[in-house]
Amino acid sequence: MSKIKQKHIHNKYLRQKKKFPHVWCPGCSNGIVMGAIMRAVGELEWRRTNTTMVSGIGCSSRMPVYVDFNTLHSLHGRAIAYATGIKMYKPKMDVMVVTGDGDATAIGGNHFIHAARRNINLTVILINNNIYGMTGGQYSPTTPTGDKATTTPYGNLDPTFDICELAMGAGATFVARTSAYHAVETQSFIKQGLEHKGFALIEVISACPVIYGKLNKKGDASKMMRQMKENIIPVKSFEALTENERENKLKRGIFRKEIKPEYTAVYDKLIDSLKPEDGEK
Amino acid sequence: MSKTLKNGEVEKLKTGTVIHGDGSAAKMEVEETEVKSEGDYRESPVYIYHDWCKKCGICVSFCPTGTLASKPDGSPYVKHPEKCIHCEMCDRLCPDFAITGAKEK
Repeated sequence: MSKIKQKHIHNKYLRQKKKFPHVWCPGCSNGIVMGAIMRAVGELEWRRTNTTMVSGIGCSSRMPVYVDFNTLHSLHGRAIAYATGIKMYKPKMDVMVVTGDGDATAIGGNHFIHAARRNINLTVILINNNIYGMTGGQYSPTTPTGDKATTTPYGNLDPTFDICELAMGAGATFVARTSAYHAVETQSFIKQGLEHKGFALIEVISACPVIYGKLNKKGDASKMMRQMKENIIPVKSFEALTENERENKLKRGIFRKEIKPEYTAVYDKLIDSLKPEDGEK
Repeated sequence: MSKTLKNGEVEKLKTGTVIHGDGSAAKMEVEETEVKSEGDYRESPVYIYHDWCKKCGICVSFCPTGTLASKPDGSPYVKHPEKCIHCEMCDRLCPDFAITGAKEK
């Protein structure tokens, strides 16, 4: 057999000396998304020293421990607030935020919508597993109505958040949704989001087979991944379906991509305009 | 390591650790070629790093050609290396970075 050589992405961006195997449960999609992020950054050939990953608290927010960028593991829900601070201080730094559904839309909801409104150049990768996994399975704003969680043993009554609609309503300029099963697409969307000048949101639907899957009898990890493959469909095929067929289906794709004035650029312009001209005191 | 093995008997505990039986007492040796996640592509197109594997079964169920199969305990192994088409599906979908689908170049 011919000698096969491959420079694997793991060697470049993974902190291999940290405790591996990682803390995530068997079959959790967070690792897949982490691989997609590392591949996207590897494709862009970004320097590790000029890239920052910020996270809050939660399962997905454990990610900065394992990747070898500048990393910041911050308070619950405040990841975007910290990232805004970093971006304002060092506008040339590439900042991405990895957050979960509870972290970004429940406790950190205000930070999320206002960062989207300002159109600050951040890339938010929101891993949506429909539950608070780390704290034991409480229902989150994205738990589907009727589904069980440890705090809703008879089914959830609340209607759910559509995170992409929320971000578009708040004024984000790049909004996309995909799932962890579509790993190549995830990588491509993350790459486009990182390149985008403005607030980019990439919602990645992920599987939590150990807590959400077990409580709702969704089967094991590969069964949940198969459901993702069947139920999360491209926008065009989603729009061709009738109202009844759309039940349990989600659309994926890039929903918005537009150029608007970016916040740090506008701020720099303001600072420049206030500087005294030569000869003026 | 109180277990004694007969002469010539070899027991593999996990990757990198081998117990050789030399008649008197069991002796533990660590193989010289210690495997890291960088991978070792000499024999197989897919390299599985068992120390990081959590036996979730995703790689086996999404392999499009049936190259991979699972042992009774759930851990994957390369059953048909000749069937591999280097699609990297297992590599991309492994949540634990425990599998490397080498791309032929």
